[in-house]
Amino acid sequence: MTAFWILAPIMVLAALGILFVRKAVHAALLLAVVMVSLAVLYAGLDAPFLFAVQIIVYTGAILMLFLFVLMLVGVDASDSVVETIKGQRFLAAVLGVLMVVTLVVGLSQVSFGTVVGLDSANEGGNVEALADLLFSKYVFAFEVTSALLITAALGAMLLAHRERVTPKAGQREQAEQRMRDYAASGKHPGPLPAPGVYARHNAVDTPALLPDGSPSEASISRVLAARGAVRTARADQVDEVVRQLAAPGAQTEVVDVPDLEGDEVTSASDVAVGKSDASEPGSDSTSGEGDRA
Amino acid sequence: MTELHPAVTTLITSAHGETVVPSVAEGIYSLGWLIIALPLAGAALLLVGGRRTDRWGHLLGTATAVGSFVIGLVMFISLLGEDEGARSQTQHLWTWFATDSLDVGFDLLYDPLSSLFVLLITGVGSLIHIYSIGYMAHDERRRRFFAYLNLFIAAMLMLVLAGNYLGIFLGWEGVGLASYLLIGFWQHKPSAAAAAKKAFVMNRVGDVGMSLAIYLMVVTFGSTAFTVISANNHGASEATMNAIGLLLLLGACGKSAQVPLQGWLLDAMEGPTPVSALIHAATMVTAGVYLIIRSNFIFENAPVAQTVVVIVAVVTLLWGAVIGCAKDDIKKALAGSTMSQIGYMMLGAGLGVAGYAFAIFHLITHGFFKANMFLGAGSVMHGMDDDVNMRHYGALNKVMPITFLTFAMGYLAIIGFPGFSGFWSKDKLIETAFVENTWVGLAALLGAGITAFYMTRLMLMTFFTQKRWKDPETGHEPHPHESPAVMTVPLIVLGALSVVGGIMLAGNWIVDFLAPVVGHAEHHEPPIPALALTAIIVAVVAVGVAIAWFTVGRQEVPRVAPQDVSPLTKAARADLYGDAINDTLVVAPTMSLARTLDSLDRHVIDGAVEGQGNATSGLAELLRKTQNGYVRSYALSVLAGAVILALALLAVNW
Amino acid sequence: METEPYILLSAILFTIGAVGVLVRRNAIVVFMCVELMLNASNLALVTFAKANGNLEGQVAAFFVMVVAAAEVVVGLAIIMTIFRTRRSASVDDASLLRF
Repeated sequence: MTAFWILAPIMVLAALGILFVRKAVHAALLLAVVMVSLAVLYAGLDAPFLFAVQIIVYTGAILMLFLFVLMLVGVDASDSVVETIKGQRFLAAVLGVLMVVTLVVGLSQVSFGTVVGLDSANEGGNVEALADLLFSKYVFAFEVTSALLITAALGAMLLAHRERVTPKAGQREQAEQRMRDYAASGKHPGPLPAPGVYARHNAVDTPALLPDGSPSEASISRVLAARGAVRTARADQVDEVVRQLAAPGAQTEVVDVPDLEGDEVTSASDVAVGKSDASEPGSDSTSGEGDRA
Repeated sequence: MTELHPAVTTLITSAHGETVVPSVAEGIYSLGWLIIALPLAGAALLLVGGRRTDRWGHLLGTATAVGSFVIGLVMFISLLGEDEGARSQTQHLWTWFATDSLDVGFDLLYDPLSSLFVLLITGVGSLIHIYSIGYMAHDERRRRFFAYLNLFIAAMLMLVLAGNYLGIFLGWEGVGLASYLLIGFWQHKPSAAAAAKKAFVMNRVGDVGMSLAIYLMVVTFGSTAFTVISANNHGASEATMNAIGLLLLLGACGKSAQVPLQGWLLDAMEGPTPVSALIHAATMVTAGVYLIIRSNFIFENAPVAQTVVVIVAVVTLLWGAVIGCAKDDIKKALAGSTMSQIGYMMLGAGLGVAGYAFAIFHLITHGFFKANMFLGAGSVMHGMDDDVNMRHYGALNKVMPITFLTFAMGYLAIIGFPGFSGFWSKDKLIETAFVENTWVGLAALLGAGITAFYMTRLMLMTFFTQKRWKDPETGHEPHPHESPAVMTVPLIVLGALSVVGGIMLAGNWIVDFLAPVVGHAEHHEPPIPALALTAIIVAVVAVGVAIAWFTVGRQEVPRVAPQDVSPLTKAARADLYGDAINDTLVVAPTMSLARTLDSLDRHVIDGAVEGQGNATSGLAELLRKTQNGYVRSYALSVLAGAVILALALLAVNW
Repeated sequence: METEPYILLSAILFTIGAVGVLVRRNAIVVFMCVELMLNASNLALVTFAKANGNLEGQVAAFFVMVVAAAEVVVGLAIIMTIFRTRRSASVDDASLLRF
């Protein structure tokens, strides 16, 4: 019973967390907490087989499947917790509270009687006892479940399978397509620019600066941009680097360079700052949360 | 009311209409059905046969009419050989329909009255068929024209040969249909199409009266057969008889263009001239007279209805005559005259037993001379490039001698020139009218004077006075010529009949011949001696002719009708405002009623129905908002349902 | 051991799962909430098995797990398919079937 009283608040909090966390991955982890806790409760309820199955099948297999799909799907606007249907959240809360109250009141009316316990039932071992039931009384249901599983597997394959309706584009076709795009819309045919490299942090999340000093969106992975994990190469940071470079110990050749480049960088950074100011409202929705994180 | 007297008690019926007691047709009379069947078959063949029959269709159409005439003639001659009591032959063809309380047979009745009509219809009809061969020679729809003519002949024969009122009604509607088809024969002319519709609609008004009368007969007598009704005409109250009589009169007014349903006849002149001659002068328009005389056993017991018939007749007689004075369209002038002459016949029919025979007599002579004059008018139009305006005629007597001479025969007949057919018939009618009522007689006398005036005017403007052929505006001048023989021969025959038609009165033959049908009147002396009365009539006619001579013949006839004329002339030119009266009294209220009902239907009834629909769709519009496509909203509903279920369980188990 | 706390926990978890289905927009998270509801019912089944001294509840919980596994396989495949065609895993975006 002690385990119950420790785990029950954790489970309720974790479950509530699923409702409020923004990222689906976090929700999956919180669900894992609930499930593992449930497994422990099963153990305490004389159900060792279910304890194992809960961990292996549910937490191990099913939740992993969830995570796989999460990775495939990636991050999109559905992660946002902003409500779009008017009154939905309020009504859901009202109904939820009403339901809890109803269930609690209703269950408190019921007397469950004394607990019999599974000692006698589990006498020859829980797994054996379950097997006895499954392969005798519930053997038909068991076989039907197998059919269900096979059907589900086939269905999943069917749904996930994508028929190729056009021939696979080879290197030649891709190159031709790129040139066609270039001819049609002037889309850049070459590779995208690499991210900026400033050697101060993981540079993959930092856009390269264009010759005019503005950051290049194309140099950043789209996923990073969607997650809002993009950093910006700010003018002051560049200035800081310049200042560090100008620090004692490296005078002779470098001194000339800051003088020369200092003007250029300053002017370029002014432009960059102006640009980032101007683009702030537009980028707010995607990268605003990234800043907070 | 339905209590029926045995037929035996009704033998004393001379004062209450003759009882129809026909014998079963045998021998030649059993061919009676063929008279109708021949033209009917002709019409069917020509209509169904289509273009294949174009080449010989007119000949077939004429042949069937002539065939009917030959059969009718043979039957008539054979009828003359019968005893007076055996001159009524009935032929039961088949049971038309039988119900629990009403059996209607397809019966034919051939008696002296029918026999005269059969001769008139088939005889004049055959002549007009022959005439039409020439008149319609250049019309590409000639075969169809002959089909319609045949259809008309068949329907008209059905009307006069029917042995019960339902049979009459069949023919009645048949001639109405044929009339509609033929007035609108030149349907490319909007005026013709409108005239056809007008005739059809106004005839329907009369038909309502006719059908109501038949219903009343079925209710009262349980039958529509002449035999049954005439045998039991004491069984019904006088009010019922008056009602039946007035309703029959309404039907007769529609068909015979009597006031107040006279408006269609003048417009009906839009049809081809042979049609005007056959249908709207000689035969169909007299169907109303036939109906009233055939129903003598009803009218003799319906004094009110009879009086109304006289009033209608007198009004129409003068009405048509006044219109005829002012019209410049030769056919419309003749149509006004027709209306007036039918008024004379109606007058005879309304005068009761004394007048029936003379009405029929006048009907037959009128059939001759009016058909003659219409065909003559057609011949004139034929020569004048289909111009109908008499003001464009003048001095045609030299270029169209045969037409002129035959037309003159008709003219002399209609004005009642002594010795000509119209003289005998009209003289007798006016005399009978004087016996009945002096005022009625005076009106009829006045009508005779006006008739003389307008017919003389017509005659002068067409055949005499100066030439006015050339159109000063377009410079077009027709070259009048005599019509071909196929047209002039019928004119000659009809002209001759117009002259000698009066022979039927020789030795009071027609009165005696018709007596078994219409009864034999006791002879009443007119208030003044008959010879003196005849002299007065001739004098009045002479005055009319003289007035016409001085106002038309001695003066220059303007090519364009003068506009500064007396109000009476204006009124007469506008058909005495008959159409305006109809518009004001019937059309306008009907239209406003229809509009009211239409808006009622549109707004109130439709509004209720559409309101229900709108309410439903409005509700649906509201409810469909719940189907927003968001699965989470649906899940919310499911959860709400679950909570409600839980609450319900809780409430039950509390 | 008492039965009631377990059942109440089960009820609370179930309700949280239900509310989660209503408020979350990510189809995968919605699915997780469905799993949470299934698990909550499993807890009740196992609890009643012990209370009644009978293993049938555990067998039922076992079947629920199997069915849940099948459901997850198919459901996630459907989510993948929708995502492939619509580039979105939001349940609100798949709302064409409406007025």
